[in-house]
This record gives sequence, C-alpha cells and structure tokens, in this order.
Amino acid sequence: MPTPTEHHGRSEPETTPLARSRDGRPVSDRGDTVCVIGAGASGLTAVKNLAEHGFGVDCYERETGIGGAWNWRHDRSPVYASTHLISSRPFTQFPDFPMPDDWPDYPHHSQLLSYFERYADHFDLRRHIWFGTEVVRVEPVDDDRWDVTTRSTGGYGPERTSRYAAVVIANGHNWSPKLPRYEGLEQFRGEVMHASSYKDPAQLRGKRVLVVGAGNTGCDIAVEAAQQAARCWHSTRRGYWYAPKYVFGRPADQVNDTLLALRVPLRVRQWLYHRTLRLTVGDLTRFGLPRPDHRVYETHPIANSQLVYYVGHGAITPVPDVTRLHSHSVELTDGRQIDPEVVVFATGYLPRFDFLDAKILGDDEGVGRPRLWLNAFVPEHPTLAVTGLVQPDSGVFTLSHWQAVLFARLLRLRTTRPDRVTAFAARVRAGAGERYSGQVKDSTRHWFEVGHADYLRVLERALRDLEGK
Amino acid sequence: MRAWEWARPVRPVRREVLSATPELEEGRPPLLFVPGYGHGAWVYAEHWLGHAAARGFPAYAVSLRGHGGSGPAPDATLRAYAHDVVQVAAGLPRQAVLVGHGAGALVVAHALARYPARAAVLVAPVLGGWATFGAAMRRNPFGTLPAVFGGGLRLHRRQLFSRELPEADARRYTGRLGRAARRAQWRLLTGAEPEPPVGRPPVLVLGSPDDLVVPPSALTGAARRYDSAPLLFPGMGHDLMLDARWQEPIDAILDWLDKGPARDDRP
Repeated sequence: MPTPTEHHGRSEPETTPLARSRDGRPVSDRGDTVCVIGAGASGLTAVKNLAEHGFGVDCYERETGIGGAWNWRHDRSPVYASTHLISSRPFTQFPDFPMPDDWPDYPHHSQLLSYFERYADHFDLRRHIWFGTEVVRVEPVDDDRWDVTTRSTGGYGPERTSRYAAVVIANGHNWSPKLPRYEGLEQFRGEVMHASSYKDPAQLRGKRVLVVGAGNTGCDIAVEAAQQAARCWHSTRRGYWYAPKYVFGRPADQVNDTLLALRVPLRVRQWLYHRTLRLTVGDLTRFGLPRPDHRVYETHPIANSQLVYYVGHGAITPVPDVTRLHSHSVELTDGRQIDPEVVVFATGYLPRFDFLDAKILGDDEGVGRPRLWLNAFVPEHPTLAVTGLVQPDSGVFTLSHWQAVLFARLLRLRTTRPDRVTAFAARVRAGAGERYSGQVKDSTRHWFEVGHADYLRVLERALRDLEGK
Repeated sequence: MRAWEWARPVRPVRREVLSATPELEEGRPPLLFVPGYGHGAWVYAEHWLGHAAARGFPAYAVSLRGHGGSGPAPDATLRAYAHDVVQVAAGLPRQAVLVGHGAGALVVAHALARYPARAAVLVAPVLGGWATFGAAMRRNPFGTLPAVFGGGLRLHRRQLFSRELPEADARRYTGRLGRAARRAQWRLLTGAEPEPPVGRPPVLVLGSPDDLVVPPSALTGAARRYDSAPLLFPGMGHDLMLDARWQEPIDAILDWLDKGPARDDRP
C-alpha cells in the first residue's frame, strides 16, 4: 500500500525542534501551505482557487472519496436515492466550470457527484487531498498561523500536527441532524428516523408514514411516501408557499432571477410571485393546507411541484404540528390522534465544528451559530475562513467559489498590500453577523439564510475593494 | 453578479468537435482550437490538429454554433459563442489551453473570463473596434459593408492566404467559409471589453505583419493588453493554419507550451 507521502508525490515535511505545539508535541511546519477541511463541494472549490492563486494546499477528507454530502456512499450524506437538485443548473454550478448544457434543468444527485469528480480531475485537485483523514483539533498559534491535528478516520494510528499559514473550514452543515424533542418520543413503539437516514423509498413501502417538517427534504419525502406508503401524513408547523419547479415552461428560479436582473423591487416581486402562485398552484387552503402566515421570500423557498398534486389526490394528508407521542399513536395540536408506523423527522441539521473552540468563530454560547462576515470571514482571525456556511435561495457552490476566491486574494495580499488587508479586517469586524436575506422568520432554519443576489453583490464589492478598484 | 447568466442561460446546441489525440498519453495539456467567424473546426483539422497530436498534445477544435458541423444558430450572440467554448473546454479531461484565431480570439478572450484556462493563444486576433473596421473597409469595402447592415462578412482569398498557397487550395478553402450570426458580428464594432481572464493564464499573441485583415498595430495592441509582444510570421496571410507555411506558427505555439509559460502571479 502506498504511503501518503508516495501517494502525494511530495516529501515528508521536516520537523524542526523549534516547531512545537502548545502542549509540547512536535509540529510539522508546512510553511505557506493552506489547510482545507473537507473535500465536498465547498472544500474542492477552496482547494482549486487557492492552488490557482499559487498556494500549496493540504485538504483533509474523512471519507475515501470526494463529494461530501453529495456522495451518497458517505456516512454523513443526507441524499437519498431519488434526490434531484432543487435549484436549476445555472444556480448550482461553479461559475468557471459549467455543467454540460444538455443535462436536465434539475440534475440527479449522481450527476452532481460525477460533476464534482470531473471538476477534481479537470483541475488535478486529488493530489492535494489526504483521504481517510479527519481533523481532530484546530488551534491558533503565533503570527496568525494554525496548528491542525489530524488522525486517520476511525481513530487508529497516531495523531499528527501540522502548522499552516491559513485554514479554510469546509466541513458542511447538513450532516448533524437536528432532532426535535417531543414528549413521549421514547415510548413510541414505531420506527423513528431522521431524514438523514432515509435512503430509499423501500423504507416506506406499504407503511403508514408521518413526515414531520416542510423543508425541501420533508416535502420530497412526503411525495415519495405518497407514492409508496400505505398512508402519508405531512406535519407542518405553519403554512408555506409551495413554488412549482417550472413556471411559464422555464425553471422557476430562472424566471425569478429575470426580475432580479431587472432590479424589480422586493414588494413588486412579492406581489408578482403571489399572483403567479395564485394562477398556477391556486388557493392552498382548499386542499386543507394551512394559510401561510408570511409573505414569500420570508422563509427559505420550497420548490416542489408534486406536493400539492398528491395532496389533491388524497395521497398526502396535511396535518398540524405534533404535540406528543404515545406508544402507538401521535397526538397533533388540533387534538387529532394518528397511528403511523414510521415517523420521519425532516427537521434539518445544525452545523458542528467540534475541532475548534466555538469562541474562535464568535459562537460564544456554543450553539453552532458562528458570528462571521459574509458568513465566511472571522473577526480577529484573518487567516481563517469558513466556506459554504450559507443557506441561499439558490445553489451553494457559486457562493462557496467566490468566498474561496476572496479568501485566496486576501491571503495573497497579506505580504504585498498589508494596508488593504487591514482595511478588510476592519470591514470584517464591523460587518460580523450581517444578514443578506431581507426579513426572514427567526428559526434555526434561517440562521444562514442569504439571498444569492444580495450576497453576491456584497461579495463582489469586497473583491473590488480588495483589488483597489 | 452575472445576473443574465442565471436568468437566461444560453440554450444548448449540437456542437461539432474534431480531435486528434497522441498515441501515448504524455500528460501534456489538451489544446482547444477556436476558429474565427465564418470558419469551422475543419480549418484546424487540415494541418494543426494532427501536428499537435504528433507532438504529444491532445488537440481538439470546436465549431461555434451556426458554423461547420454545429447546429444552426442564426440569432447567436457573442455570449453564446463564448459559452460553446467554455462548455467544450470544461468537458475535456484536463485543464485546457485555448487557442483562438481571428474573431475566435475575441470569443476566447470572453471565454477566459468564464473558464480558468491553463494558457491562451490568440492567433491573428480580431478583437473588434473601429480601427479593424477601418482597415477592413479600406481593403475590402464590398465584402465588409454588408456586414454593417447584418449581411455576411465576405473575405477575399488574398486577405486570407499568401501567394505561396496554391490557387486551387485557396479557392477550396474560401468556398467552405460560412458566416457568423448578425448579432455576434455587430459586437465586433460595438463590443465591450472582455472581463479580465480568470486564473491569470499566460497569453501568447501571434500573427503576421502581412496579414490583410489584422493590421500590425492591432496585433501589438492585442499583445499589449496581455502585457506581451506579438510573435510575428512575415509573409503569411490571415489564415495561418491553412496557409502554405502552416507549420511554423503551430510549432511556435507548441514550443511556447513546452517551455511551460508561467502564470501571471502579480497581485
């Protein structure tokens, strides 16, 4: 078996007696090399853009393949057999590596993985990635540098600490399930699963299923249950706007962005959106769905053409929130009792940065909500960035790409133009916690919500400022 | 924020890609040749593709939509042409070198803002502007003027080839020329400057001082845009890849790539 050193075709870094970690362990000094944590979509684009800007890059990936959440062989992948994109191709692809234009508007997850494989091969990224290696600790040391301690996934073998000039955290935020606490959950005798463990419709076939949560995943699973299960209840806390994936024969997000491109004000866009939904989807309360208690754009958009269709066929029964569970039944807020065999909690995920002191990211309470500028840059730590920690009304990858480009240019300028870097740091401090989404409902689901157009405009401005344009 | 890229993506079209690959994979970067307006991928298939492959470079040539064997596209824009180039480049197994000839160089210049090429070569580049238009009007008013009103741009064979190329070949080649879409053609007059290239690839500009389409001042201007000087091949016409001494420019390009030109690392 090749050693990691042979595999990467580079020499093992020298360990000097001077380089020691805080607790006295020897440290390999990797000089100007940048460390990237995770080889999912955001990690890959960080590796590519840092290498493109002339940096050495070491990327640590706990799995043995790339793709992160989109590689469904991975433990932590939330995708299931029939997952398709909910944002259309131009919204999803990297801006400098388009998906083939003869692909469908909403590709399948396996196509997305093949897209990442091609991206990695095209730009020769695999040579930077240490597979099967997880990051245990990331600690700041002098001169804005970082000690990164790694070990092989599974914990066998010794830990290794390497010192880096900068760190990009791209460990994803859709893998650690957020499970709701309901009274009686432990007594429930049926099967309880989080959407992260849902992989195949066979898990629901012929059963009475309750799906909790109206995120895009919840709606997709409810639609699958409608086709496979004996009975499907869909529990939502409030009413939502269910946007179809197509309007006027075109992907709905592209139609929406035509209005954005024309700089149509939000109020007008909301009015047009309501009118369009009224004409296409119609009055949802007729189907027994609750009336939305908010205007469109105030919650994360749901793109699902089939949910209303199956509600109309009686294959999905909309129900309100769950109050408590009994051994063989579930009680709802309207007093009804239903008797599902399987309960699927599509209640989302929370980010986790176990390898890092939460305070470094400004998450003083340790709840998993960092306080950053542009959802990426860390006040007081100019050589640390988080990529992909956004929940946009589009795909994430374009945003991760530009975050990585901005960070790479920032690092490049640290030696040549310290004045601009200082100005940038002041901007990061002043803008930490800024939102880019207009008014949204206050829930964990919207912690990282960004409007892609607003967000990219601020990022573009930051790039221009950094380049002195 | 490239709003229209999101809202109005370019429609897919069937694209002709001709290729010649070396017998042994030597790890050299693939080359993607982009023909100028009116030309198809065939112009490279005559000599350059095979020659590049013989020297170990996987070589590909794309016909822009509406040209050669690609699908028809009478309403194509420069954006659609650049999209075609980026699509083919991104479909290659490794990061490609883009080589654009004539107005194909303008397409490449726009594609470079959308795709981080390993390097780029602009051969006898027609980057547009009024100076090029003035030169074209002086030399070939009857072929140029109709293009202003949406007609086809007709180039005379004496503009394209030197006298060394046998007359029969020159006739055969000019007979195969097509025309670019009206809207893309107008961009040669009114076009905005392309965005700066992404990934800062090294750029080589080459052409002929005896080119009757691209005046030497335009060649120098193009090279200056990328902070270099043009490499010149006296005695050749505009279509360097078809002219009698076609081997000299392609060898120069491949030699330049063999030397491994450095990326522009200035901040």
